[in-house]
Parts: sequence; C-alpha cells; structure tokens
Amino acid sequence: MTLLPETTEKKLGLVIDLDTCVGCHACVTACKGWNTENYGAPLSDTDAYGGDPVGTFLNRIHSYEVEPKGGGCSQTVHFPKSCLHCEDAPCVTVCPTGASYKRTEDGIVLVNEDACIGCGLCAWACPYGAREMDPTAGVMKKCTLCVDRIYNDNLPEEDRVPACVRTCPAGARHFGDFADPDSNVSKLVAERGGIDLMPEQGTKPVNKYLPPRPKDQLQDMDVLTPLLEPVAEEPKGFLAWLDKRLEAL
Amino acid sequence: MHPAPSVIIFTVLSGLGFGLLTFLGLGMPKVTGWEAFFYFAIAYALAVGGLVSSTFHLGNPQRALKAFTQWRSSWLSREAWLSTFALIVLAVFGAAAVFVGVTIAPLGLLGTLLSLATVLATAMIYAQLKTVPRWNHWLTPLHMLTVSLAGGAIIAQQTTAAIVLLLAAGGVQILHWVLGDRRFGERGHTIETATGLGDRGKARLFEPPHTGSNYLLKEMAHVVGRKHAQKLRIISFVAMILIPLIIVALLPVNPFTAALATLFYLVGAFASRWLFFAEAEHVVRLYYGASGSEPPYQPSFSS
Amino acid sequence: MTDPVLDTSPKVSDEVRKTTCYMCACRCGINVHMKDGKVAYIEGNRDHPVNKGVLCAKGSSGIMQVNAPSRLRAPLKRTGPRGSGEFEEISWDEALELARSWLDPIRKSSPEKLAFFTGRDQSQSFTSFWAQNFGTPNYAAHGGFCSVNMATAGIYTMGGAFWEFGQPDWDHTKLFMIFGVAEDHDSNPIKMGLGKLKARGGKVIGVNPIRSGYNAIADEWVGITPGTDGLFISALIHVLLKAGRIDLSYLSQFTNAPCLLNATSGSPEEGLLLRDGDGKPLVVDRANGTLQPFDKQGVNPDLAASVDMDGVTHKTVFQHLADRFLSNEYSPEAVSERCGVSAGRIKAIAGELARVAFEEAFELDQPWTDFRGNKHEKMLGRPVSFHAMRGISAHSNGFQTCRTLHILQILLGTVEVPGGFRFKPPYPKPVEAHPTPHCHSKPDCPLDGPHLGFVRGPDDLALKEDGTPARIDKAFTWENPLSAHGLMHMVISNAHAGDPYKIDTLFFYMANMAWNSSMNTRGVMDMLTDKDENGDYVIPRIIYSDAYSSEMVAYADLILPDATYLERHDCISLLDRPICEADAAADAIRWPVIEPDRDVRGFQSVLIDLGARLKLPGFVDENGEALYADYADYMVNHQRRPGIGPLAGFRGNGTETGRGGVNPNQLERYIENGSFFVEHVPAEASYYKPWNTAYQDWAVKLGFYDKPQPYLFQLYAEPLRRMQLAAEGHGDRQPPDHLRQQIIDHLDPIPAWYAPLEEASVDTDSYPIHALTQRPMAMYHSWGSQNAWLRQIHGHNPLYVPTKLWKEHGFKDGDWAKVTSVHGEITVPVAHMAGLNENTVWTWNAIGKRKGAWALDEDAPEATRGFLLNHLIHELLPPKGDGLRWSNSDPVTGQAAWFDLRVRIEKAAPVEESLPVFGALKSPVGKGPAIVRQKVTS
Ligand SMILES: Nc1nc2c(c(=O)[nH]1)N[C@H]1C(S)=C(S)[C@@H](COP(=O)(O)OP(=O)(O)OC[C@H]3O[C@@H](n4cnc5c(=O)[nH]c(N)nc54)[C@H](O)[C@@H]3O)O[C@H]1N2
Ligand SMILES: Nc1nc2c(c(=O)[nH]1)N[C@H]1C(S)=C(S)[C@@H](COP(=O)(O)OP(=O)(O)OC[C@H]3O[C@@H](n4cnc5c(=O)[nH]c(N)nc54)[C@H](O)[C@@H]3O)O[C@H]1N2
Ligand code: SF4
Ligand code: SF4
Ligand code: SF4
Ligand code: SF4
Ligand code: SF4
Ligand SMILES: [Mo]
Repeated sequence: MTLLPETTEKKLGLVIDLDTCVGCHACVTACKGWNTENYGAPLSDTDAYGGDPVGTFLNRIHSYEVEPKGGGCSQTVHFPKSCLHCEDAPCVTVCPTGASYKRTEDGIVLVNEDACIGCGLCAWACPYGAREMDPTAGVMKKCTLCVDRIYNDNLPEEDRVPACVRTCPAGARHFGDFADPDSNVSKLVAERGGIDLMPEQGTKPVNKYLPPRPKDQLQDMDVLTPLLEPVAEEPKGFLAWLDKRLEAL
Repeated sequence: MHPAPSVIIFTVLSGLGFGLLTFLGLGMPKVTGWEAFFYFAIAYALAVGGLVSSTFHLGNPQRALKAFTQWRSSWLSREAWLSTFALIVLAVFGAAAVFVGVTIAPLGLLGTLLSLATVLATAMIYAQLKTVPRWNHWLTPLHMLTVSLAGGAIIAQQTTAAIVLLLAAGGVQILHWVLGDRRFGERGHTIETATGLGDRGKARLFEPPHTGSNYLLKEMAHVVGRKHAQKLRIISFVAMILIPLIIVALLPVNPFTAALATLFYLVGAFASRWLFFAEAEHVVRLYYGASGSEPPYQPSFSS
Repeated sequence: MTDPVLDTSPKVSDEVRKTTCYMCACRCGINVHMKDGKVAYIEGNRDHPVNKGVLCAKGSSGIMQVNAPSRLRAPLKRTGPRGSGEFEEISWDEALELARSWLDPIRKSSPEKLAFFTGRDQSQSFTSFWAQNFGTPNYAAHGGFCSVNMATAGIYTMGGAFWEFGQPDWDHTKLFMIFGVAEDHDSNPIKMGLGKLKARGGKVIGVNPIRSGYNAIADEWVGITPGTDGLFISALIHVLLKAGRIDLSYLSQFTNAPCLLNATSGSPEEGLLLRDGDGKPLVVDRANGTLQPFDKQGVNPDLAASVDMDGVTHKTVFQHLADRFLSNEYSPEAVSERCGVSAGRIKAIAGELARVAFEEAFELDQPWTDFRGNKHEKMLGRPVSFHAMRGISAHSNGFQTCRTLHILQILLGTVEVPGGFRFKPPYPKPVEAHPTPHCHSKPDCPLDGPHLGFVRGPDDLALKEDGTPARIDKAFTWENPLSAHGLMHMVISNAHAGDPYKIDTLFFYMANMAWNSSMNTRGVMDMLTDKDENGDYVIPRIIYSDAYSSEMVAYADLILPDATYLERHDCISLLDRPICEADAAADAIRWPVIEPDRDVRGFQSVLIDLGARLKLPGFVDENGEALYADYADYMVNHQRRPGIGPLAGFRGNGTETGRGGVNPNQLERYIENGSFFVEHVPAEASYYKPWNTAYQDWAVKLGFYDKPQPYLFQLYAEPLRRMQLAAEGHGDRQPPDHLRQQIIDHLDPIPAWYAPLEEASVDTDSYPIHALTQRPMAMYHSWGSQNAWLRQIHGHNPLYVPTKLWKEHGFKDGDWAKVTSVHGEITVPVAHMAGLNENTVWTWNAIGKRKGAWALDEDAPEATRGFLLNHLIHELLPPKGDGLRWSNSDPVTGQAAWFDLRVRIEKAAPVEESLPVFGALKSPVGKGPAIVRQKVTS
C-alpha cells in the first residue's frame, strides 16, 4: 500500500481561493469538529485550559504580508493549509507500516490509524506541514478530505462535501475532481491560473491555490479625468448647471 | 528538527553496534569463545539497545512489528528487515564462534554486508527526505557509514582501519557541515515558493495560524543558536575524531585504550548527532515565517 | 494491493435538533447533531436565511462552549469582599428571594435607584418591558458603547443603518466600499456576500487603517488615518458634486434635497424646513413653480428652487448642501494630508464610484408604484454599495461621519435601488415611526413609556423639571441629546460619582463590565469596590447574570447563572433585533436542545419569576398571579399590541403571519421549521422600500407599522437644527451655557467634520499615535477564551506596529513596548505589520484575561501575555479645569469614543508579564481539565 498507485481514477481535492479567503478560521474549527467526532481517534488538546495549549488540527490558516515588487503598499494574504493529497506523496512512500496510503479510486491520502505506529516519518516527509501526530492517541492525523462525508449515504447529497468547504462563509474553498477537466475545480484552476505550492519538491499536489488578484490599481485619477470634468468652476456656475440638468430630466 | 534523545541514542548506538558487527563479520578481529562472546555481546547490546531506544520515539510501539511490511518503498521498513537479518545472520555466525569456535566466513561476510546495509538504510531514512535539504544529500549516508564504521573499528581495535575511517569520518563530517549550511539556500526553497506568492513580491509571515504551539513547531521548527552550534561542532569533532585518532594512533592497542577512545567517540558522536537533527531545517519552517537567517515563528519568547 | 476497507457512510448522528447559534450576535441557524443524548457535532442550517448553511469559527466550536469548564453551576452569593471571587452556592429560591427583597423596597420608594443594563443581550424588547414595568428610567442595552452612532446616523438620515438594519444588494452590486469593519455582527452574511461579489469579478474598496480580514481581500486598500473618514468622504462628495456625478432625479424624488429651508435670520424657525399647515415639508413643483407638500401626487420637486417670502430668499436643502461640500475646505488637496490618502487617489476612487454608478447602471424588469402615484416600468439599479461599522462609528465625530457616508450614497442614488444598499425589514423606518424616550418614574408605578427612542427636539430630552438628567447615564441630555441607546459606559462611573444622583442597585446582564467592556478597567474595578466613610460599598448592591465565570462575576453580590445557548429558550424577535434579510422578514427562537446538567436557569425565565415576585404589571394578573410560567410561555402568549407578539410566524391557527392571535403550538411549529420563520418580501416591493406603495402595504400587513408612512431621506437633519436653535437661545428648554458652543459646532444638520475630541484635548505631539482594537473573527469578546479550540488560535495578542515605527524604535520580534496615553500606561509584546497606517498601532480586542477568570490556569497566555487596551482609554476626557466631568463620547449620541485613543510608544525592557498585572480571582468553578478529547462515541 505504501507504494503509490500508478494513477488514480479520480483526483479529488480542494481549490483554495487566496483572493477570497478572509482568514476567518471557520474551516479550521469545522474541520476539527467533524474530524474529532468521526474518522479515527479524537483530535486531542493538551493543556487545554492551561499555559501551553497544544491541540491537533488538520487545517490551519497562516497569514502573510507581501511587499509588492514594484513598490506600493503591503498586501495581506490569508493562507489556509491542509493536506494537498499529492500525486507523488512522499509521506506515503516513507511510511514503514503501510498505514499511510493513497486511495486508488480517488487519490485521497489517508492514514489507517490501526496500522500506524506513530513514528512521525511521514510528517517529516511532508513539505507542507499537513500531518500532525496526536499526542494522546500516538497516531498520525491528517486531512481525510472528509472521506466519511463525501460518499456518506446518511448525508443529503448536497452535504457530501468536506466540512471545511461546507462551512467556508466566503466560498473560498472548492471541492471536486481534478481528473475531470470539466469539473468546477478544473475550470477554476484554468480560469484563474491555479498554482502548486513548493512545486520544486516534486510532490505534484492535487490541491491548487488561486493567487490573489492584482491589488491597489486605483492610484491616480488621470485615466478617469473625463469622468470627473468639473461642471462649473464656481458655486454660481454649479447652480446654472443644475438648472440645466433638471430641465433635461 | 527536534533533536529527540531517543532518535539520537538510536542512531548513534545502533550505528556503532552495526559498525562493530561489520568488523566482526569480517573476522576483524577473528575471535572465538569467550572473547567472541564479549565482542558480540557489546555489538548486540549497542545495536539492539539502539533499536529498542528508537521505539520510545513511537506513538504506538506495541505495533512496531507492522514496520516490517513496507520494505518495497520505505527505508524505515527496509532498515527493520536489514537489521533483523543482520542480527540473525550474525547471531548464527557469532554462536558458531562462541560455542563451536568456528568462524563461518561466508556467513560473516553476509552479516557484514547486512550490517552495512542496515546503517545505510538508517541513513537513507534521513537522506531521502527532500523536505530536509541538509540531509537530502549523498554525504548523509557516507557520514553515517563512516561514523559507524570508525566507531566499530575503534572497538574492534583495528588500528589501521580506525585511523583511516576516523580520518574519513572527520573529512565527511566537515564537508557535511559546510555543505549542509548552504544546502537549504541552494535548493531554492523560500517562503515565496512555499506560498506561491513570489510573483507578487516579498512575503513575510504576519500571523502564525495560532498563538500557541503545535506538533510541527515542536518537531520541525527547532532553532539552534549559531554560537552554540559552533561550540558543539568543535566539541564533537575533537571528541569524536581527534581524541580517538590520537589514542588509536599513539597509545598501545588494548581493550582499555579502545574503551577510552570509544568513550570519547560516543561523546562526540552524540554531539554530532544532536547537531545533525538540531541544525536540520525542514522546509515547513518557511510556512512559519523562516526566511534566510530568520528563524521560524516560535511560540514562546524564551529560547 | 488493496486499500483498507473503510466505512465511508458512518452514521452521522441519532437526531438533528435545529436551533440558533449564539457564539455571537449574528444568530445563524444551526443543526445540532445529537448522539447518545449529547451534542456531537454542530453545522450550519442550509435553509436558514442568515447563514444558508455556513458557520464561522466560533459557531463551529459551539461544542466547546457548551462543555466549557467555566460554566457557572448554581446561584452564587458573595462571601468574600467584592472582587475576590469568593462565593457560596445558594438555591434559586434563596437567590430570587434575596433579589426581591432588595428590589421591592426600591420600586415602592424610588424606582430610579435600580439601574438595569444589559450587554450582548438579544431580548431587549423583553428586558425593556420588564424595566418599564419596574418603573425605573435607568435601562438600556450596550448599544451606547457599541455602535449607536451608526444606528442613529442611519435612522436620522435614511430610516435605517448598515449593521443589522441593511445590507448591500449582494446579487447585483459591482463595486463595494467598506469602511471601518473588522468583522461586524453580520459576520457570515458579509463573508458570503464578499464571496459572491468576488466570484462575479466585482471590486471591493476597503477603507481601514489596518489591512486584515475583509481589507486583506479588498482590491483597493485605503489605509486612512483614524478619525478622518468624514474628511475623506466629504472630499469624495466634493469631487462628485463638482463633476455633476450625482443622481439628480433620485435626489429630487426621494430625499429632502428639494425641501426649502427657512432662511429668516434670527427667527426661531431659522434653518427649519418650510412646512404647510399639516406640517408637511414644502417643495417647489418644477412643473409650475408653486409650493407644494412634498408628497403630493404627481409633484416634481425642484432641487434648484428658491422662494422669496417677506424679503427673505429661502433656498433648497440641496443648495445648502452643495455650498458646504463644494467649499475648498473639502477639496482632495485640502484633506489629503490629514487623511493620509493622496489627492490623486481620492479622485481616482471618486471617479470609480461615478463610473460604476452611472456608466454601469442597469434596469430590472420590475414595475412599481411610488408614493406620489407615479408608476415606474422598471427599477433602475446603480451597482455601487457601501457598508461601515465601528471604525467610523466609535469616534467622537462618528455620528457626523456616518451621516456623511449616507449622504454620499444618497447623492449617488444607490440606497434601496438594485445593486445598492438595501434595508432589512422592519427597516426602513423614519424617525417618526420610532418612540421618543420616556423617563418619568413614580414609586410603585410603571414608567410612562419606553425608555429609549429618537428625540425630535429639545422637548424630548430626558431631563427632570429642574433641567438635571433624569437618567443615571445622562442619556438624552444636552451633553449627548440623540443618545438613542443610552450610555452604558457611563453607568458605573456616574453611579460611583453620584452624578446626577446616587443609586442603590446595579443590575447587569451579560456584560463583562469589570474587564473588556469598560473603558478605564482598573478605575471601574475600583469604583465597584470603593467604600464610603461608613465602610459600605459606594454602589450598594450589584446583581449580575452571566453564564460563565467571567471577570465581572467576581464583582457582584448576587449571581443569577444563566443556561448556555443550547440549554434555554430565546426569542429573536421582530420587536427588537431580528434576523431579517433584505428580501425577507424573519425571526427565530432558541430552545433547549439539551437540558442543563447544573443548577442554572435561562435568565429571561428568571426575570419573569422575579417580575411575578415583585408583582410587576405585565407579569401578574389582576389577582397577583404570575402571567407566564417561563420565557417560552411569554414568547407564545405575550401580546405587545393586539395580534402582535414576540414571534411573527405561525400565529393564530398557524398560518397567520405578523398579525394574528396566540397560537399555543407556535414553538413546536418553529422547531419543525428549523427554529426560524421567514416571510419573503413580494417582488414589486423589493426595492425603493421607503417610497414603494407595495412595500408600505406589506409592512403594514406584517405589523411593522399601522399605516403606510412613506418619507424622504434626510440630507438635512432637522432634529439637530432644533438643538442648535435652543443653543442659540430659542425656546424654553435651554442647554447650560458651557454646552452651547459644543451643540452649535457638533450638531450641524448638514454634516461637517470636526477633529475627534480626544485629539482636540490632548497634546498630539506627546501622543502622536492612534491606537485601535479589532475583533478577531474567531473570537467573541471575552467569551472565546474559555473555548479550548478557539483559545489556541488567539491565546494572546501582540501590539501590531507599522513599519515606520517598528524601524524608528528598533523593535525586533519578541520585544516589549511601553504604551502610554494621557490616562494610563501598559507594557505589552509587539509585532510588526506592514499593511498598517503609519501612525497607528493596534491589537485584537478582548483577548487579555484576568488571572483566575474563565476557569483558565493562572499562567494562561491570555493572562500573562494578553492585554487590554482598555486601561488606556478613559470614560471621561481629561479634566478641562471647569470641574465638570466631560464624557469621552460623541457629543451628538453619547457613543463611546473607543477609537479616539492617542498614545505614544517606547521600547521597554522585557518583562515577565504584560503590565498592569492584577491579582488572581478565585475561580467559583475551579479549573478546566488538562486534556480534552472531544468525541461522544468512538
Ligand atoms: N478596547 C475596546 N474595548 C471594547 C470595544 C472595543 O472595540 N475596544 N468594544 C466594545 C463593544 S462594541 C462591546 S459590544 C463590548 C462587548 O463587551 P461585552 O458585552 O461585555 O461582551 P463580552 O466580553 O462578550 O461579555 C459579555 C458577558 O456575557 C457573558 N455571557 C456569554 N454568554 C452568555 C449567556 O448565554 N448568558 C449570560 N447571561 N451571559 C453570557 C460572558 O460570559 C461575558 O461575561 O466591548 C466593548 N469594549
Ligand atoms: N468575531 C466577532 N464578531 C463580532 C464581535 C466579536 O467580538 N467577535 N463583536 C460584535 C460586536 S459587539 C460589534 S460592535 C461588532 C463590531 O464590528 P466591527 O465594526 O467590525 O468592529 P471592530 O472590530 O471594533 O472593528 C473596527 C474596525 O474599524 C477600524 N477603524 C478604527 N478606526 C477607524 C477609522 O477612523 N476609520 C476607519 N475607516 N476604520 C477605522 C479598525 O481598524 C477595525 O478594523 O462586531 C460584532 N461581531
Ligand atoms: S500534503 Fe503532505 S501529507 Fe498531504 S499528500 Fe502531500 S506530502 Fe502527503
Ligand atoms: S507515523 Fe504512522 S502513518 Fe506516519 S509514517 Fe509512521 S506509521 Fe506511517
Ligand atoms: S477536507 Fe475535511 S479533513 Fe480535510 S481540511 Fe477539510 S474538513 Fe478537514
Ligand atoms: S473558512 Fe474560508 S474564508 Fe475562512 S479561513 Fe477558511 S478558507 Fe478562509
Ligand atoms: S457568526 Fe458564527 S458565532 Fe455568530 S451566530 Fe453565526 S455561526 Fe454563530
Ligand atoms: Mo458591540
């Protein structure tokens, strides 16, 4: 199992829109809520009410500031990060027990907790910090792409999406099949120039990020001058203009 | 990376154990009876002790046997198999030497190869990780092999081999440090490639995902002070290479001097291995704001 | 090789119970998944009008709130000194008897000696009903320190504000401009709207000194200098007026721009609108040049008219307004430096507003009829919309800034039109549709009317016969005449000072007044514990209802512990703060989806019990028997007016809406329906609501008002002019002399910018930096810290410092700074932020915690590294030497001026803990467990 499948039938994953994410952390706790109750061991929190609380989360939001190349004011980017379900997932091949595996049918990378010895090697192998060892269960936790939601017959059809996608208030997270060029996610990636994180690691992430759109373009009025041509130079003239315009109404 | 004692102990001791076994398998020294018992006991104590120590690192050690299943892809699994094979083969070889007084040379050779392979597999666990550029280099296996074998040679009282191997280990160690220091930068991993924001400009962590800590920070965002590291490098080099070299080269060969050299060697090797982990920068630190010489976000100000 | 066999269809829960979230005041619908009778998982309710399925970080962590170790467990009676946290648990009977024994004598002798103020409460129509029947004039909710500027400026200008009263037309808008918002109450709807807008390729302009959250995704970020938005918006208006880029047709039809202003100098009518005999404002009909009432059928009001009468020329509001804003004082060049925005950028933004409003105008194929009887074939849309909140509201010039913003959107013709800003029912509602404040209390008697309201002029002020304030918070006085929400931030301070009078019992509900909700936190703690010469507390009695072990708990004499939001009934009523959307009227309930496992009771039910024990009218029948068993009973059976009760849905036989008889099964019907009720606005009524006959009729049908009342937007605010006239010496009710100039200067009926008052009263060279707070999206005030998941995200709060100051002071990560205001000093950790106005520092609000509170360990980062900016903010302005206490509030509305704060910073030697440090409170609930592994079943 630790060998990666040659190909997978589907390539399920997420598109994360950095132009829309407001950094609200909704997907973080929605993920924690679903996944602590469902797949595998609960996501524990140690020193939960104390001086050094540390808990297991499968999805976290970083925030960066970017100083534009050509000068101009700094931009803030909220940056959600969970497992990217890489096609060439190094976390899988390093796993000595076969607990880590990539599903042949849909490409989801999972940890079979019953087989996990908690050696931590897969977390070391992941460039993205997408795996966290649960301190009380001693097993590796990671994003399951909500495998227990997306096919779940007990959920209404429209709810068969990951918890983080369902909850994202801004609609910055999209779920779908990247193997299908007509899927919502494939189209978004094509339209918006979706990118890979750390492509030089050669992991071929399935999840894609949509870069922020260009910002702060309205710097001077020149282009708009005709729009703002004064109707009159003095207040008196303004009244005359007003009269004329009212006549035309 | 977090320099976890269990892993440091594991790699140093089992490295030394298999280094010694490598020599014993070759019949260097060619021992039988009580003498053989003595050597094999030390070798097995070290190798098995190290392996046992490694299980302290596991979240679920009771399932450790599962680690044998993925030899086709996983170096950790291969290490499990190779070490087991090595230990079994050399157990037969050793038993023959101790109890029957015969050395079955082909078996010994096989054991030697397996021991070497075990050390190599251990090294490959680290060397394979593209995420840790400092480790992800052909020098890493060479480093671990030379250190193991040098240690093995010292205990095995193979003066020439020990001198050659210590010199080699010293050279490799220095190279590993020097090249290692540049490795992260050379690989071109930056906060910009990590976030994909590079075409926009220069990125900087504004807020980490949480004000507290997490597993990743504890495990992979370890930061050592430059001065501290330099000091440790010197200590490690002197103790692991220089002093043993002097002892082996200048003092008469006997178990006492071998033990003395081994002691120094161990001190140095522990320091070296501590640095091996502590200085290794995982790329995930980029997501936590590390850039250039800037360390990643640290949840507490006391460091 | 095969993959492990997985159960991809596990059972999600045994049962789903639908109720309403209360991790904040957005009030989203939630599906509570139950397993083994316990809460296993909470997700958004897709059918709900507010959140349509999504949930925020707080809502999704509700399970940690409901299981928080900080939950109070039983009524508490103080045993140690105030502020120690030493209590004994008592029975409910004892607690209620104690409360009755304190309150009954007050009511019988002088009801004003009870001050009842509620914080983040959502049952104000009920709590005010209780207070009114008790007879005290001293009631308000927390709006006065929150966003009353926003609310009042909206209502006085256009009959509703942003905030909970309206929202952008997310489906059509193309350019959205957002001022001073970090999160707002409409948390999820704003995010959903931004998402929709972005998906369509629309643009967002964020005006905020800080580039985070919504401003991070804004296409344009205007990093304005705090307190100068009024100037910036005035400059936009200046440019647009000058270019004639305004909607003249809209202005003449729907606003008081064409109304005529009395120009008779020195007359008591000067500056008031010319009116006809029925009191209707007059306009000149452009068709024939005659004076006509504004609403006459078919009249075409002339914006440019002037009328000569008795030798005086009376001009239209519009001309006065144009004179004001065309003045060079408001040119982009004149304001640029103070705003920190270049003149070119101001013009570019004005140009973009003009371009989208006028070049991208569109029409919806929807006929409608206006109040003058004109039939319109289409609805004209202008896809520019605005939203603003406390960033412009919580300044002492906030009322006028908010008004200026409304004037901008009205000039663009983009309020209540497709693509623009839309009201949410029951708004729009003109000032006239609101009550005026009432304050006449008599022993053993209900108050003469509702406490809060909208004053029209000096006659409505809450003053006693002798002209002194009738209310403890001095709301509706000359200091802040339009204080529609009261001044909660002044209650403790005034009660302690005995100014305007002393009181006996402070009764607070859901307000952490001993910590993050107060300005001058240390001072407030001192006031709450201060004793007089006899050794008695200066504020004799304090009753408090909280659900958790907050800082405030320690300062009360009697604690009435509330149930959590999943354990009680609540009513989110059209009578106060409903959950409507622009397209629909909606209300909602909460119900006990789980039973409390502690001896706690829903506070509203406790008030009903207390009301009955006190035999308050409205709570007992003529025989003195309790009218309502509990709050659920009240929600169903109470009627405010015949046929109108707290809940608008499923009335009568279950099919009546808005108006209808009592339906004993109403709550069951709500629960079946997901705990909410929605009634959609008919299509022809969906825009132009203040003037649209279809909407007006629908609003009457639903009971929002009793007869149609179309009205004009008030570019000119006459009630302000009436206050100015008094200050100029007209009328019998006269302000004290020391306030005359302030009223003339600040209550301008056409907005005029003035510098924030703190800026005017401190030496800005010594305190050159602005200091702000922002709400973190993942935390609700102080409540979030008891939540094991959320506190990992925001466990402490650095002071963010802009690049310029960062370099100037040579700060490095891990450094500490001393921050000093005219009032106090704190020492706190710093962090660098580049997307920040260069003269501004800020931190997340309410993360810092008092040691011992919230069942956290004493070394919790919230207490050791977290901090409050509140220590630097005072409820009073620095003394002016006149012996008077000038409150740090907007002089129009009394809005607490949180964001006027000026500070200086310097690098400090590292300290062990953020300063100031306060002693640890004794936790009345113990400490939380070390490990949380949340899972109901495995
Ligand atoms: N520096 C600074 N200070 C500010 C502000 C700012 O911007 N900057 N903003 C101000 C504003 S706008 C506001 S609204 C206030 C908010 O301040 P508060 O209204 O005081 O809000 P909270 O801190 O959430 O405290 C409310 C109390 O309600 C309790 N509570 C929570 N749930 C329940 C419940 O179900 N029942 C009962 N009975 N009690 C409950 C909590 O435990 C807490 O003690 O803060 C103000 N303070
Ligand atoms: N998650 C969460 N949601 C909440 C709350 C919460 O505590 N947490 N609290 C609720 C409450 S009680 C309230 S009142 C609302 C408040 O909601 P917001 O209005 O969003 O309140 P604040 O977080 O105080 O944000 C004020 C914003 O104004 C900016 N600002 C300050 N001064 C100026 C200025 O002069 N000009 C401009 N343009 N901007 C300025 C600040 O940078 C900040 O972004 O949020 C409600 N929603
Ligand atoms: S993101 Fe990390 S954990 Fe996920 S598949 Fe890729 S390498 Fe593995
Ligand atoms: S921690 Fe578990 S999943 Fe990860 S490599 Fe080790 S055994 Fe495999
Ligand atoms: S897909 Fe599921 S497991 Fe993965 S981050 Fe989203 S909610 Fe968490
Ligand atoms: S829920 Fe959506 S908007 Fe919020 S942090 Fe996650 S991805 Fe961003
Ligand atoms: S915004 Fe969040 S906390 Fe507030 S009601 Fe909605 S889900 Fe609950
Ligand atoms: Mo508020």
